[in-house]
Amino acid sequence: MHAYPRWKLWLILIVFAVSVMGALPNFMNVPTWWPSMLSKKMNLGLDLKGGIHLVLDVEVDKAVAHSVAEDVDSVRRSLREKRIAYSSLENDGRTITAVIRNAGDTAAAAKLLSDSMHDFTMQQAGNKLVFTLKDSQAKDIKKFAVEQAIEVVRNRIDALGTTEPVIAKQGDHRILVQIPGYENTARAKSLIGRTAELEFKLVDEKGDLDKALAGDVPPDDEIVYGDPEKRGDKVYRQPYLVKKRTELSGNEVSDARVSIDSRYNEYAVTLKFNNRGAERFDRLTSQHVGDRFAIILEGVVKSAPVIRERISGGSAQITGNFTPQEARDLAIVLRAGALPAPVNIVEERSIGPSLGQDSINKGTSSTIYGFIAVVVFMLVYYRLFGLVADIALIFNLVLIVAAMSMIGATLSLPGIAGIVLTVGMAVDANVLIFERIREELRNGRTPLAAVDAGFDRAFVTIVDSNVTTLIAAVVLFQFGSGPVKGFAVTLTIGLLASMFTAITVTRAIIALSLGRRKRIERLSI
Amino acid sequence: MELIRSDTHIDFLGRRKIAMGISGTLVLASILLLIFKGLNFGIDFTGGTLVETRFAQAPSIADVREALTPKGYGNAVIQQYGNPKEIMIRVQNRDSKASSKISNTVLDALNAKFSNKVEMRRVEYVGPQVGKELTQAGIMAVLFAMIAIFGYVMFRFELRYAVGADLALVHDTSIVLGAFAITGMEFNLTVVAAVLTVIGYSLNDTIVVFDRIREMNAANRKKKNPEDEPTTANNAINQTLSRTLITSFTVLIVLLSLFFLGGEVIHGFAFALLVGVVVGTYSSIYIASPIMLMMKGHTKADEDAVREMEARP
Repeated sequence: MHAYPRWKLWLILIVFAVSVMGALPNFMNVPTWWPSMLSKKMNLGLDLKGGIHLVLDVEVDKAVAHSVAEDVDSVRRSLREKRIAYSSLENDGRTITAVIRNAGDTAAAAKLLSDSMHDFTMQQAGNKLVFTLKDSQAKDIKKFAVEQAIEVVRNRIDALGTTEPVIAKQGDHRILVQIPGYENTARAKSLIGRTAELEFKLVDEKGDLDKALAGDVPPDDEIVYGDPEKRGDKVYRQPYLVKKRTELSGNEVSDARVSIDSRYNEYAVTLKFNNRGAERFDRLTSQHVGDRFAIILEGVVKSAPVIRERISGGSAQITGNFTPQEARDLAIVLRAGALPAPVNIVEERSIGPSLGQDSINKGTSSTIYGFIAVVVFMLVYYRLFGLVADIALIFNLVLIVAAMSMIGATLSLPGIAGIVLTVGMAVDANVLIFERIREELRNGRTPLAAVDAGFDRAFVTIVDSNVTTLIAAVVLFQFGSGPVKGFAVTLTIGLLASMFTAITVTRAIIALSLGRRKRIERLSI
Repeated sequence: MELIRSDTHIDFLGRRKIAMGISGTLVLASILLLIFKGLNFGIDFTGGTLVETRFAQAPSIADVREALTPKGYGNAVIQQYGNPKEIMIRVQNRDSKASSKISNTVLDALNAKFSNKVEMRRVEYVGPQVGKELTQAGIMAVLFAMIAIFGYVMFRFELRYAVGADLALVHDTSIVLGAFAITGMEFNLTVVAAVLTVIGYSLNDTIVVFDRIREMNAANRKKKNPEDEPTTANNAINQTLSRTLITSFTVLIVLLSLFFLGGEVIHGFAFALLVGVVVGTYSSIYIASPIMLMMKGHTKADEDAVREMEARP
């Protein structure tokens, strides 16, 4: 004890200096020469900062079904090209079943299709061909759908112009979205949730709409409705009989801007097509002069203008009684692209700014009062030794703040609770040591020997008892989510820091203060 | 200063039958409460929507309900939260896809009735699927923690110590849950976190006692007239009593500060820890060691292994 190793002392001083420097950016602006590693601030969690927290679920099965439906189209086309008649062609989202009309054509059809349908396995039963999507392929489609959805959501959130939004994959098919400091949950949710699926389809001018409404829809057609509008006191939705085939889609849109429709002086969105889209639009309008095409947004016909002449500029306009905000949001989602599959909001935890600030204030004051109470108690109960424990406790808090800032951990409200709890538990190590010293003194040891024995014997107990709490913290980190994770992090950092400060730091202070004196009669413990 | 006199000698183990009786009754009562009254599960587990709002002037619950009834949420749980201006509204899930928008409908309806003077404080929505997943994760976490701790105590001590420690944990957990059942306080994810912390903390206390028993057992072997183990254990508990109580006291100080000053959001969390720390302190004295002693002879332990264990640092 008399010769406290120099290197240990230096180590403690260095750790202390580094943690003070690391903690400082949280309380003041540091000069420019400050080491960048130590210049980071603690991140505040959304529950303290306020903001929107959403978890989205991507309906990946729909993405698979969508892709299978496209393959049905290509099966139909190839069979027609080779003039092979089929009596039915169906799909259930994962498998495609084709029944060939003439049994004699089955072999030819099987050969034709098995060459082109690489992603499927084929089974033949009589004149029935069943194609099942391969699992590996389905997995790829799902993975791609989630990645694409993340991209699309990111573009849409970026358009809100908030700072540092978080968009990240969570698990297999979920997306975590955090928008700090943003309050308008309704707008954020509707912006994120829109599929933004935009389709241009030709209106079937020869088809009989009334017959179709009665149930007799031509095989290549479908019925789509317009926006609900009031006629008298009834709500009416205009039906349209359109071709199933999508002539142009949102994928061909390169830009979308809010504009004013000059005829009615109302808000509209003007689309610009990319090269491929412009070409298609050019061809479509040149071939179908006099026909109507329907602009279908998310399954609703927004307008169905008549093609008066060939349009080669490559742009189109969507109208539909938009408010300025609606037009702006529509432009955002069209610009950001369509979601590959619908996304649903499955979890929301949004905090208004006032509650966040309240939580910070209450968390801070409970930490301060708890801290003061413990400090005073230790001082009264253990006198000078208590003072040493208190110094270690302050060091402990500085170390926690510095460590959390340096690793970029997020401080949540339960995280603050973790720190408060650490304050109570950190002195435990010192209590163990001091009680042991008192005991050794009672057993008749000299003060110096008692101090030595106290530190040595208590050490094992301290490690053992802290490991169990660490186990609980690690489990929490594994299973917890969001703020609870924050609690696990601060608790872990706090326990590790307290083991260092309560054992090493108190020992150093005691050793240094006792070591200078020749003989010690009494300890202030 | 000393709160516990150094010559304290309480016959804890002699009173183990009374203690076991009290504990047994408490645990049984907790289990019965959990079965018949049940926990007031928060939306983390049931799924649903929670909207916390602040009004410019304190509204009456009836007015708030009146605003929500036309939207079909007349049966919502509406209550004051913290102070009279703050109102918490809880609505159950319906159709899973539209449920995520309930909070916006509720806020719009309130703003319409109270002329835009309603501030959004907090919105939580948990879909049915997520609720199930969180429940599962919570149960898994508690089980996992108990297994991991059992393993650690067995590795550091021996099997009967691990049994004593784990039964003490089951005891503490049941009583904390019982306290939530009887008070009807909301049981949510942060409370699960608190329960796990109680597990870690209570064990911390138990281990300190076990450590001392182990140390004294080792010393005992060298004596000519060794004490029997119950006496050793009782002495160990007495010797560590001062530390046990002081640490629990400092932790209780900070928890009280958290409970009274930490705000509504953290209330349940602090409450669980308060109950847990009190029960955990008691169980490490009265439950863990007696069970460990009762298990002697019931678990296999060869002499060499015990000696090796006692020699461990």
